[in-house]
Parts: sequence; structure tokens; C-alpha cells
Amino acid sequence: MHIIEDGNAAAALGVRLCRPQVIAAYPITPQTPVTEKLSEYVEEGSLSAQYIPVESEHSALAVCIAASSAGARVFTATSANGLLYMHEQVQWAAGARLPIVMCVVNRAVGAPWNIWNDQQDSISQRDTGWIQMYCADHQQILDTVIKAYWLAEKVSIPIMVCYDGYILSHTFMPFDLPEAGKVDAFLPPFQPDYALNPREPANLNTVTLPDVRVDVHGELAHGYMEIRYLLQEDLRLALAAAAEMERRFAGVFGRTADPYLEPYRCDDADFVAVGLGSLTYQLRVSVDALRAEGIRVGVMGVRFYRPFPDEAIANALKGKKSVIVFEKALSYGYEGALASDLKSALYEYLGGTGSLPTVQNFIAGIGGREIHTQELTDTLRAATQARVSKEPVWIGLKL
Amino acid sequence: MGTRHYRRKTSHSEHGPGDGGRTGSWRVERPVFDRNLCIPCKRNKEACFICWLFCPEIVISRTIPPTVDLEYCKGCGICAEECPTKAITMVDEAKFAEEDKE
Repeated sequence: MHIIEDGNAAAALGVRLCRPQVIAAYPITPQTPVTEKLSEYVEEGSLSAQYIPVESEHSALAVCIAASSAGARVFTATSANGLLYMHEQVQWAAGARLPIVMCVVNRAVGAPWNIWNDQQDSISQRDTGWIQMYCADHQQILDTVIKAYWLAEKVSIPIMVCYDGYILSHTFMPFDLPEAGKVDAFLPPFQPDYALNPREPANLNTVTLPDVRVDVHGELAHGYMEIRYLLQEDLRLALAAAAEMERRFAGVFGRTADPYLEPYRCDDADFVAVGLGSLTYQLRVSVDALRAEGIRVGVMGVRFYRPFPDEAIANALKGKKSVIVFEKALSYGYEGALASDLKSALYEYLGGTGSLPTVQNFIAGIGGREIHTQELTDTLRAATQARVSKEPVWIGLKL
Repeated sequence: MGTRHYRRKTSHSEHGPGDGGRTGSWRVERPVFDRNLCIPCKRNKEACFICWLFCPEIVISRTIPPTVDLEYCKGCGICAEECPTKAITMVDEAKFAEEDKE
């Protein structure tokens, strides 16, 4: 059934279809409507879940960690400083290998205080061991929530479903709301390997020694280092699981997509703009304008940021003259994190081949600064003519 | 031999001696029972066992008299603190080391 709703409603409707058993969240703009809607669903009885109000984001994720450890499917959502406030628990959830799904409605972080959109919040959580998926429209938000539960439970790794605050969260767009039966066919109930159980008591993630140890059954158990290595190994293996996720999703819902990338007019392009989230759809307008001028340019959205689909990205960019990375976040003191990751992938797969594309980095929309499509078009055109700068260039800066 | 085939990918410990290594080596004070004050010893029947109940390492036996597995007792002193008749005294390990020398 096609409906017209805002992006936060798309997320909440997707979550309801996944039948979470425990929801804990703390309100923060622009995430608040997601959790408001979910609390209404619980109140009216259209979602059978425990809705646990908490006093902070740190507690919200702590509740999710406890409930997930007890074998429940859980959900939370946050933005900006709320995500930063739960940072300690974010790391914990990954090390504990709990398949929590969390929507991050992207917003700038303080200081100074700012409620508008950029992606500094989720990008700053890049190295926590979570899977990060980015959405470019409302259908992707709903679909990604459903996919995320399947993948998180498949690989026992938590997932952030990231989408741009206001630009997606508070705008209305038509999208397909799938039937509950289809979602049930795609997503079986959560069946953890171990769930907290008074008949099988255990300490989870208690002090774990630097070296391996013999457990109470006489078996050699992991030390801290083995547990963290397995997280990294399984994150890399999650790339293959994501391909399976897309195949299964297409089989049930009939919508197919590349699990990692979303290229637009890239096949014959000499220049490719790359970005995360809704900005890549805005860039399509610039690509069309420049194509009309005869410039062979395309744009590619990265849907899957962690684990980083390095091989798929390098293959997609093979033979291109230049890659132009647009970002709403920055690794302060260097450049955009996506630009750095991309350079690393290109060097690994194309280094020494003589066809290594140049990489240019543009920073846009920080703290919700309006991104004019004409600015993007002019920037992209200039970048196809010559490499603008070694340093990241801020678009729309009025210094 | 490594832990590649261990059945879990997380830190998961079950209660039982030794899950945190040989924690007895951490001990600086040893719990010593006075059988004249210990309730189960005095009555010679199942009683009290507050020490057994409170021991976080599960190294005190529910027997008459209660015994302590010194391989894993960390010497935390919770048993001595909780004993209602003050039948348990924490004694400096150095004293036992001297006795061993003699």
C-alpha cells in the first residue's frame, strides 16, 4: 500500500512491522517523532512491546543492551548529542554482539548548539564496531530498518540506520508500506544463541583477561583480544551477508538494489561524485545539468559505510578520472572520513595500475547550512576541469 | 591450540571456581573460622551459612565446618563482615608464609 508520510513515520512504521519487544528512547530533535509514534502504537495496542521511558540516551541504550541480552528484539533512536551521550554504551553493544537496531536521525553536534542537519554525529561513531547504513529517501528508511533487523541478527552486530534530519525526517514523500505477512516471511523471530536465563546463570562481559583462559567447563575461552578480533572478522564477513540480505529482500518484496552502492549515470562517467544519504539525490540534479552541458559525470551513494565496501567501491570507480567526495562531516584536523576511506580503497585496489583516480573533497551543509543545487553544480563542474585543492573545500562558507 | 572453535564470540562466564583465573594469588588476608563461634559448628546442624551465601567467589562450602577453597579465595573479607557471630577473622597471609617457612 502506498502512503504519504514523513521520514520519521517511515522509520516508525518499519519498526512496527519488525515486531520489536522492547523500545527505550529519550527524545531529541529531530528524532523525537519516531519514538512518539512508537509510543502511540504501544498505547493503542497496534504494537505489542514494552515501551520503557528513560532519563537519558545512555540509559536508553543500556535498557536495549539488557533487553537484547535477555533475548528480546529491541529498538532505539537518537540524534546528535544524544548519540554522543550514549557513546560508552554504543561501544558496549558492539563488543557484546547484540543485534540492536538504532535509527540515527542525523544532526549537527555542539558546540555551538545547533539542531539542524549534518552527519557529524554518526560519522563520529564510525569506529565503534557498529554497522552503519545510510538512507537517501523514505522508502529506503523503511526498507533499511527491516533489512537491518535481519542482518543484525544474522551476524550478531548492532546496526545504525542513518538518515538526514529534517531533509528526510520531516519531509513528506510517498512510499510503499509492505504487508505484515511479507515482513514476517522475511524476518523470522529473534532467536539468540544465549539469552539471560535463571536456570543457566552467567556473567556477560565481565572483566575479561588480556590472555586466554580455561573456563569452568575446562575449555579454552577467548581473552579480550580474541573477542575484539572476532568482531572485526565478522564485520568484514557482514559484507557478504549484506549481499544475501538484498537477495532475500528482493525475493520477498520485489525491490532490488545493490547492497553497498547506489550509482546514478556512472557507467560511462569520467567523474563521479560520492556521498552519503540524501545529498546524493540532490547531486543527481547537478549531474543531469552537467550531462546536458556534455560533461560525463555521475553520482554514487554509499549505502553501507561500515563495514566499508572497499572492493565494490574501488571496482565501481576503476577507470574514472576523478572522484569528488561530498560530505556533511569532517575528521577534524584532516579531511572528510569518507574521502580518507575512499582513498585507502582506491590505493589498495588500483594503486600502481596507472589508473588511480584523483580524489577531491568538499564539505557541505555543516550545521544545516543550506546547500543550493546551483552551488553543487558549479562545484562539480569546477572539479571536472581541474583539481580544486588538496585540502577539503567548504561549500557555501561565508568567511 | 587457540580459541577459534570456542562456542561463543563473547565474554560469557558461568559461576564456578577458576573462571577469572587463579584468584587465590590476589589474597593478602585469609579467612579463618572460629568453630566455637560458628553457628553450624556449635549446633552441629544445617544453620546460618551466611558466609556461603554472601561469598562472591562461591569458594565457601556449605558444610560443617565451612571450608574455604584457597585456590580461588581473593580474601575480600565479605564473609568476615557478614558473619553474625564474628566467627571469621581475616588473618594476614604473611603469618601463614612464616609458618610455612618454619
